Amino acid sequence: MPGITREEVAHLARLARLELKPEELEHFAGQLDDIIGAVARVSEVADQDVPPTSHPLPLTNVMRADEVRPSLTPAQALSGAPAQEQQRFKVPQILGED
Amino acid sequence: MTTTIDLVSYEDALASYDPVMGLEVHVELGTRTKMFCGCSTELGAEPNSQTCPTCLGLPGALPVVNATGVESAIKIGLALNCEIAEWCRFARKNYFYPDMPKNFQTSQYDEPIAFNGYLDVQLEDGTSFRVEIERAHMEEDTGKSTHVGGATGRIHGASHSLLDYNRAGIPLIEIVTKPIEGAGERAPEVARAYVRELREVIRALGVSEARMEMGQMRCDVNLSLRPNGTEKFGTRSETKNVNSLRSVERAARFEIMRHAAVLNGGGTIIQETRHFHEDTGSTTSGRVKEEAEDYRYFPEPDLVPVAPSREWVEEIRAALPELPLARRNRLLAEWGISAVEMQAIINAAALDPIVATIDAGADAASARKWWMGELARSANESGTSLDELAITPAQVARVTELVSKGDLNDKLARQVIEGVLAGEGTPDEVVEKRGLKVVSDEGALTAAVEEAIAGNPGVADKIRGGKVAAAGALVGAVMKATRGQADAARVKELILEKLGVSEG
Amino acid sequence: MTDIIKLGAADIAAKIASGELTAVEVTEAHLARIEAVDEKVHAFLHVDREGALAQARAVDEKKARGEKLGPLAGVPLALKDIFTTEGVPTTVGSKILEGWIPPYDATLTKRLKAADVVILGKTNMDEFAMGSSTENSAYGPTGNPWDLTKIPGGSGGGSSAALASFQAPLAIGTDTGGSIRQPAAVTGTVGVKPTYGAVSRYGMVAFSSSLDQGGPCARTVLDAALLHEVIAGHDPLDSTSIDTPVPPVVEAARNGSVEGMRVGVVKQFRGEGYQAGVIQRFDESVALLKDLGAEIVELDCPSFDLALSAYYLIAPSECSSNLARFDGLRYGLRTGDDGGHSAEEVTSLTREAGFGPEVKRRIMLGTYALSSGYYDAYYGSAQKVRTLITRDFEKAFEQVDVIVSPTTPTTAFAIGERADDPMAMYLADLCTIPTNLAGNAAMSLPCGLAPEDNLPVGLQIIAPALKDDRLYKVGAAVEAAFVERWGHPLLEEAPSL
Ligand SMILES: [Mg+2]
Ligand SMILES: [Zn+2]
Repeated sequence: MPGITREEVAHLARLARLELKPEELEHFAGQLDDIIGAVARVSEVADQDVPPTSHPLPLTNVMRADEVRPSLTPAQALSGAPAQEQQRFKVPQILGED
Repeated sequence: MTTTIDLVSYEDALASYDPVMGLEVHVELGTRTKMFCGCSTELGAEPNSQTCPTCLGLPGALPVVNATGVESAIKIGLALNCEIAEWCRFARKNYFYPDMPKNFQTSQYDEPIAFNGYLDVQLEDGTSFRVEIERAHMEEDTGKSTHVGGATGRIHGASHSLLDYNRAGIPLIEIVTKPIEGAGERAPEVARAYVRELREVIRALGVSEARMEMGQMRCDVNLSLRPNGTEKFGTRSETKNVNSLRSVERAARFEIMRHAAVLNGGGTIIQETRHFHEDTGSTTSGRVKEEAEDYRYFPEPDLVPVAPSREWVEEIRAALPELPLARRNRLLAEWGISAVEMQAIINAAALDPIVATIDAGADAASARKWWMGELARSANESGTSLDELAITPAQVARVTELVSKGDLNDKLARQVIEGVLAGEGTPDEVVEKRGLKVVSDEGALTAAVEEAIAGNPGVADKIRGGKVAAAGALVGAVMKATRGQADAARVKELILEKLGVSEG
Repeated sequence: MTDIIKLGAADIAAKIASGELTAVEVTEAHLARIEAVDEKVHAFLHVDREGALAQARAVDEKKARGEKLGPLAGVPLALKDIFTTEGVPTTVGSKILEGWIPPYDATLTKRLKAADVVILGKTNMDEFAMGSSTENSAYGPTGNPWDLTKIPGGSGGGSSAALASFQAPLAIGTDTGGSIRQPAAVTGTVGVKPTYGAVSRYGMVAFSSSLDQGGPCARTVLDAALLHEVIAGHDPLDSTSIDTPVPPVVEAARNGSVEGMRVGVVKQFRGEGYQAGVIQRFDESVALLKDLGAEIVELDCPSFDLALSAYYLIAPSECSSNLARFDGLRYGLRTGDDGGHSAEEVTSLTREAGFGPEVKRRIMLGTYALSSGYYDAYYGSAQKVRTLITRDFEKAFEQVDVIVSPTTPTTAFAIGERADDPMAMYLADLCTIPTNLAGNAAMSLPCGLAPEDNLPVGLQIIAPALKDDRLYKVGAAVEAAFVERWGHPLLEEAPSL
């Protein structure tokens, strides 16, 4: 499966929101290829009928009662904000959907 | 935004194409706290005052599942005739968005808590239509952004945005239908009826107020057309966040006409998100994404699986309240009315006030009569809904009580209601202030009756001669003389008594 | 008492309780040591002088009031900079969190404070705990006190170096693939990765949620046990926290013995890539265990051969999602907010500027492993491998009480030696990773110096989940026997700096 192209790396970087420099794209393409090539061995077990383990302990149903706990104060919530305005986090214009 | 969109008339569209719909409804639960933290969900708090490390996505913070959120999801699943998973997990839906603090949404993916159900809905004419439910799953809401510097708070042209995370993490249940086929020209109506029925179910369960205008319930309308007589689904458009019943219907209708125009013109439908515009009743294309979304779902490692025991599920099932359809059928039988009459009540949104009026002591027929008559008319004239009228079911019940005691007749009762709606006070206060008591002083009435007989000897003779029906004219005269404040039935009795005739 | 800094935690606590020492004296001695040597070692990213002295004064006041002190009251501790500390910077070794002051304490931080442990400051680490050498810290590497040109292990190299250079008698680490045990091994100290879920992860900045586990670091097995007891226990804020009593680790550490125990040696934990001196010291340890009355059992755990591969799919996958929150919008670094860039662009620019190469590499790797079309082959298969590894452990623990292995295949390598070769770097965790994947408990403790380079070698002890006390029982016995054989604790052979 390996053979990661520069374009694929660029696509991954967009998904991961990393504005990689051209030389980084090049560099990572090679390294990811090596790593993926090495770890792809896990697919040896792909056909085996074993359940996947997403969690090391067999816990279920850990829930809390619907009871209000104290929140942070707005000042605490905003204490790390790179910018703020009107008690809200101030961010550059969003190119989201309109 | 001003690009004109070609449309085909609705009739022409349906002549060639068969619509297939998928409806995705998000319901904000009315739990006290958020889905994964103990922050309050109370509306109207000042910005960022209901946040904590967890719902702000601070480094190191972890989620813990709200048990009531899970219980509500199971209630909804059961009410929608779903199977409830014996074991399911949360998953992370990974995508970046500024109002989503962790840049993933904690949701459910291939293991929803409820699946494979249906909801029977009734159309305006009383026809029943079954909408199959694919799944109902738990997830969390995002924060809210305000766009500054552009026109009317839109993203477009804004210089920057301000984020408030009070809403981030509020529990959502997403309910997804299977493709709705076979509705034909009634597809938009089915969409509306489904969302309305769903809203009624949610409210009956008490898990949310489901107020669409408040964003507590939002609907995505997925729609595609296929040529009549074919099986394969066409490409769909996804109209997002439609937030009123009327808009759901209009959005579906608009998309049918738009799709048909594109297809007729030999074009192809692009799979895209679209936005519905309340003012024009039209949809426009969302931002076109250069790449397909890849959400990279995987099981949420910070949460453990939810495995509702069958005992718990059965306990919840046993405690479910009566659901809207069952309730309607029961009332229909109790009141002895037809399905069409019941549908009229539903369409007027009069069921709850009528029931509340009965609960407050009125008899069913009177309660129906006032709400579907005088009050419906009044609401219609003022362009409001019944529950917005300035009269309570208890007040309506009081009016019917005054009528049945003989203190008011129908005509006076209408005036009392008019007074209450006009803000003149309670029914008793209006009666008092306007002096609307039925004249029951026998002496005054007897005098008025004698006066009427004396003034209409011809009529009196006819009655003496056995034409009891002619008494109406004398009653009318008495009512006129007493300015309507007499009890008409008692007046008639007195007239017949005076003239020595007995009824029937 | 001139050499306060050479005292262990148990001794310090006893002397404070008896009045022989005050907490302030102890704290000042350690702050002075930090002042004297940390410029060379660079174990700390932030020293909280005022906070530490205030905590120490509070302990002394408590003592003066006649209140009962906890078993670690007044003992200084070096906290890995991955746990949030209210009002004290927390960087996780990353530029992206430079200057961030958390508005809340991690559960572990709260527990330490409640136990009157004196937090000296925050220790250096590989950025977001990704690494085995602490070279990936955005704030520069940490030196190994045995040889400052060598790595102190990673990711918790700051904590291990602080212990080995006597800047603190106790430290906290986190172990996702070996980040407590491997640093302990290469610095001649003791480190324990408790059973997954034993120590709350609330407030511990996530790398790989299903693998991360905080744990105690110390210079002796008993000190580690005392710290283990303070930090372990159920936390309702962490859904993956175990709701059972903490195993009797202190009691076990005070009663070390391997008499009659069955000890497993896994065939997969040796061979190519293992340094000769490491194997030699390991074999001597096995012989010692036998001398002490243990029965040695050979074990075959074939799926362990796939552990590293599974780990390098699961950990990056989870981290790619866990680190998505660092977007420059709510806290931490923001780059490119010059009016010309959108929020989306600022996020991409911030992440590019704020993350180091190893973090980016793992985010990219994880994004790849989870992306559509690859999920089943990579992430999905890795989760199956995890099941197989767990089964291998289960089978093994039917035959033995504990398993032993070298902690890491080699002694400390030179700073810079593997920096450009991620694959070589990843091999450092060969023996530690299976335990993280299965969620059971493990310890590393010193078993001598490798003859070829005179650097410490670690012995790993692995116990079944929830049986953390066995680590201490076996560890204490081995430690006592070695100290008796050497005539002194291993660290006394370290250069004086
Ligand atoms: Mg959703
Ligand atoms: Zn919260």
